Amino acid sequence: MRHSHSKLWIAGALVYIFLYIPLAIVVIYSFNDSKLNTEWVGFTLSWYEALFNNKEMLIAVCNSLIIAISSSFGATILGTMAGLAIHRYKLRVLSILFFAPIAMPEILLGVSLLLFFLQVLNLTLGMVSIIIAHTTFCIGFVAIIVKSRLQDMDESIFESARDLGASSWQCFHLVTLPLIMPAMIAGALMSFTLSIDDFIITFFTKGVGDPILPIQIYTMIKVAVTPEVNAISTLLMLLTLFTIIIGIKLSSSFLYVRKNNEST
Amino acid sequence: MIKEKNIVRWLLSGVPLLFLLLFFIAPSLIIVFTSFRFPGEFGGLAPLIAPMGTVDVEHGLTLEAYQFFFSDTLYVRVFIKSLQVAVVTTLICLIMSYPLALLIARSKERLRNIMLLLVVLPFASNFLIRIYAWVIILDPESVLSYFINLILNLVGISPVIFLFSPFAVLLGMVYVHLPFMILPLYINLEKHDPILLDAAQDLGASHWKCFWYITWPLSISGVSSGIVLVFISALGMFAVPDILGGTGDILIGNLIKDQFISTRDWPFGAVLSIMLALTILLIIGLGAYFLRRLRKRNYAT
Repeated sequence: MRHSHSKLWIAGALVYIFLYIPLAIVVIYSFNDSKLNTEWVGFTLSWYEALFNNKEMLIAVCNSLIIAISSSFGATILGTMAGLAIHRYKLRVLSILFFAPIAMPEILLGVSLLLFFLQVLNLTLGMVSIIIAHTTFCIGFVAIIVKSRLQDMDESIFESARDLGASSWQCFHLVTLPLIMPAMIAGALMSFTLSIDDFIITFFTKGVGDPILPIQIYTMIKVAVTPEVNAISTLLMLLTLFTIIIGIKLSSSFLYVRKNNEST
Repeated sequence: MIKEKNIVRWLLSGVPLLFLLLFFIAPSLIIVFTSFRFPGEFGGLAPLIAPMGTVDVEHGLTLEAYQFFFSDTLYVRVFIKSLQVAVVTTLICLIMSYPLALLIARSKERLRNIMLLLVVLPFASNFLIRIYAWVIILDPESVLSYFINLILNLVGISPVIFLFSPFAVLLGMVYVHLPFMILPLYINLEKHDPILLDAAQDLGASHWKCFWYITWPLSISGVSSGIVLVFISALGMFAVPDILGGTGDILIGNLIKDQFISTRDWPFGAVLSIMLALTILLIIGLGAYFLRRLRKRNYAT
């Protein structure tokens, strides 16, 4: 057993190195005092400075944040409803429909929404179309998280609440809602990161006017590669890291409260 | 009371259902409909009904876009190449992920969460940046290219450029999809009962035999969900070949993207999208069929 374990450690360590080296290089070169990403010249913060003076980039960041917040809000509400519906009514059609957008290649979702927005809704592509598109693919993720949380719970909690005379509304907002809250928060944070990160669907549903972060990064990579890209990448990594830490903190504090309640 | 329950029921399932009918089912149908239309003169679509006063404007429905797809082997060739790239990407991901997933699953619980987080973290950094990082690494003037070419030079092989090559595309594909394989594998492997392995070892089975007769068969469902996730995403990918590939490394995703963004031939783009969807359904269907047969045979023995 020992012997095979050490072999596994070596293989695992190699995969971790493979996962982290590219990101480390991006971060390191964001502080490099050279226009080229090829050799280390010296330490500088000028790429970050350039970034903060780049008005279009700042607008793009704001736009992407607006999109991520609105679509994660919409997806959390719709996804929670979907999760509850799948759990309670056990309809196969529902779960297939809710999960299909996840199982589909993103490019197909992007292209079909593009055609739909232009042909049927006659919508000018822009922030609204991106928010709708992001909500569509995030619903399934929230629904999965909420559904699995509901599955882990003891049905008798709801029965006893009802036996004690709670109306179905009271039962929902005093019992169900607090119990699925961690799942909803996890779903919202996941939708937020998925939305901020999404390039493919955004690429097809974007308009001409408003700059959006991933599209901005894409043109920077394709047209003029400057270490400014590295700087924005590093900041984005910090943002997602921050979101994940909040997620862990929030869900563990919820668990902590629950454990305390259980023990008393 | 019954009425209230019914209202709740309709509200809970109805609202998200309506949203998805509108923004998922309807768009999917539109794409099928679009594939039978004529392309517009200046991109987009030709009108369904001929405008008043004009005679020879293309209008109505047609199979032209489908005929165009099969008229040139170029498109079928791109499909086959995309399939090859997706299959190789999936296999490499599987080979790289399995040991790591096994390692995490067999580690102590505290360590396990940290190791999982370390897998998810790079995945949470921006998608484009994960691809772009390889542009820096594979650049002809990068340190890595320099050293590899130095060694190649000593052996007498002429220098190699890694960026904008099929190799770069494959590398980027594997890098972007790796977590999709590690996570489902881990979720499966974590459930295995270690007692089975102990028993097999007590009975004198080697590590390899333990793996081949116990761990691997038990992990098939995790392996197949990882394969499905990676394969579907890899088959439709256009960003990786777009950034890391050369002009010859186009995949289906790039073809589709071009039809909608630059060429603006919507009907043909719709045909390509439908072909992609059909390919995926066919392959996943075949995979599920063989998996079921395999299971049946295993039960029989």
